[in-house]
Amino acid sequence: MTRRDGGQQAAPKASSSTWNLRLYIAGLTPRAVAAFENLKQICEAHLAGQYHIEVIDLLKTPQLAKGDQIIAVPTLVRKLPEPVRKIIGDLSNTEKVLVGLDLRPRT
Amino acid sequence: MPRLKRKANSPLSKCPTGIQGLDEITEGGLPRGRPTLVCGGAGSGKTLLGMEFLVRGITQYHEPGVFLSFEETAEELATNVASLGFPVQDLIQQERLALDFVRVERSEIAETGEYDLEGLFVRLGAAIDTVKAKRVVLDTIEALFAGLPNEAILRAELRRLFRWLKQKQVTALITGERGDGHLTRHGLEEYVSDCVIVLDHRVINQIATRRLRIVKYRGSRHGTNEYPTLIDESGLSVLPISSLGLTYPVSTDRIATGIPRLDAMLGGKGYYKGSSILISGTAGTGKTSLAAIFVESVCRQGGTALYCAFEESPEQVCRNMRSIGIDLDPWRKKGRLHFHAVRPTVYGLEMHLATLHKQIQNLHPLALVMDPVTNLLSVGAPDEAQAMLMRVIDFAKSQGITAVFTSLTSGGDALEQSEVGISSLMDTWLLVRVLETNGERNRLLYVLKSRGMAHSNQMREFQLSDQGIQLQDVYLGAGTVLTGSARLVQEAQDRATFLAEQQAAQQRAQALRDEQATLESQTTALRARIEHIQAERQAVQAQEEARAEAACADQGALATARWADAPTAPHPRRARKGDGR
Repeated sequence: MTRRDGGQQAAPKASSSTWNLRLYIAGLTPRAVAAFENLKQICEAHLAGQYHIEVIDLLKTPQLAKGDQIIAVPTLVRKLPEPVRKIIGDLSNTEKVLVGLDLRPRT
Repeated sequence: MPRLKRKANSPLSKCPTGIQGLDEITEGGLPRGRPTLVCGGAGSGKTLLGMEFLVRGITQYHEPGVFLSFEETAEELATNVASLGFPVQDLIQQERLALDFVRVERSEIAETGEYDLEGLFVRLGAAIDTVKAKRVVLDTIEALFAGLPNEAILRAELRRLFRWLKQKQVTALITGERGDGHLTRHGLEEYVSDCVIVLDHRVINQIATRRLRIVKYRGSRHGTNEYPTLIDESGLSVLPISSLGLTYPVSTDRIATGIPRLDAMLGGKGYYKGSSILISGTAGTGKTSLAAIFVESVCRQGGTALYCAFEESPEQVCRNMRSIGIDLDPWRKKGRLHFHAVRPTVYGLEMHLATLHKQIQNLHPLALVMDPVTNLLSVGAPDEAQAMLMRVIDFAKSQGITAVFTSLTSGGDALEQSEVGISSLMDTWLLVRVLETNGERNRLLYVLKSRGMAHSNQMREFQLSDQGIQLQDVYLGAGTVLTGSARLVQEAQDRATFLAEQQAAQQRAQALRDEQATLESQTTALRARIEHIQAERQAVQAQEEARAEAACADQGALATARWADAPTAPHPRRARKGDGR
């Protein structure tokens, strides 16, 4: 199993409160790039130093789509902390992303 | 409906499903390389149709397949269809089948901004490439509508998906839930329009019936009817009404009816082998007996028979037939006679048809009896029962089975009409009726029609006794037809008259003989008298001659005494002698 790491993420090494995030994309489309940029901004703003982003390009590793039940791209999966959360779309609506990641209580 | 012949140079390539009957009504299968929509309500067999399409595609046509499920997990699916004998796990291990479960849980999904379903495409594409699939089933893709909030994106992506499937050159089968007023709840027919199949599972009079209909099939002719469909332990089968067409071979061989006089009425030889025979009549006219004696005759000649009893148990039929001298038990024990006794209401007409098919295919009987077909009316509407019987008849004919159907005519109906309207399909129609006269009911049998043979136009009195079935000539004479005791009375009267006339003639002959004898004795007496007279005459003559001779001698002596030299003396005596004779 090959994992494609985006490589550009920052973060201190895993601690108990590390956020493990996966971003599934299918090729470096403008939408995928936008999603990654948006995600990074949000993480920097709210989770500085305690997150880990893994970018998976399904065009290269299609078999990985099965595990997280990916159908739409881009999809952001919050693996940790539990429970698993999924956010689909280019993450352009920061409010919704924060709600989706449980960083802001649902209203 | 006549069988439609497929054009040899059909521009549309077809992908055979291997599902019994479906390829016949689609004239070869689903459109190859294009998506087909299968829609139907819950429990109508959509998933099964899809799975069977794939499994048969792999096992019969060597076309690997991908099953993308949105409702059941791969394990659930494999377990569900394992009961049908589909070796799903084996095929997956052999990498000829790929099973993928796509779970879309709305509560887990939040949505921000633009997205597409490339993930699904990637998964499907990967699965197709892994097994080199030629066939794809998406079951039920409409689950996406529940899982994804943005319908506009979803619709655009579905359109793209079906285009992509076409580009992939796979034959796809997409299932969809039946919606109100639409074929599918979310209007999938908008995207998949090459071939649309509707499955239906409805309950009429508490009996469930499955049906299949091809709503459209672009670029191809197809059967347009609603075809009864079955799901049994071997999977799905569609029963096309027209599947057999009118192309079966016919036989000129005959098969005995079991009643010699009935054979005689049917051109002297009995039924045609492989023909269908209808025995109709009101209650208690002996229809079952006629069917049973035929079955017994077939078994006695070494054939096998299948008796479908819809009213009586096998034991009851055997006991009743024993009372009229037809013993079916030995044949049952020898395995030549098989009973298939079920109440018609046990299951729907289609199931009846299917079990019958199966029994016939297992037994290869020479004769088939359905007693009585009218009971099938309790299961379905008359036209359905008729369609079912038509298929039984066609199937029996194609297998060369002589089939006997009994039909109960209820009291008020016209006699020469079968309740299920199948008389026109029959080759031979025997009608049994009762005639009520002089306080008794007597059975009459006649051949209403019998195709292709010179059959009797006579009515026969049909008698059931412990000696078996007897056919008697009815009494015809003086402008009346008499049966039963009236016939016996008339026959007795006729016999008496005949006897009296016979005696009178004998007496007259005797008198004449006596008179002749009298005359003859008189003749004898007269002859005796004649002889007596003759004798007397001769005596008189002899006397006369003696006297004349004496006289002559006296004269000679006298002459000699006078002139002894007279030479002419003897002449007068000779002349007198000649006169005397």
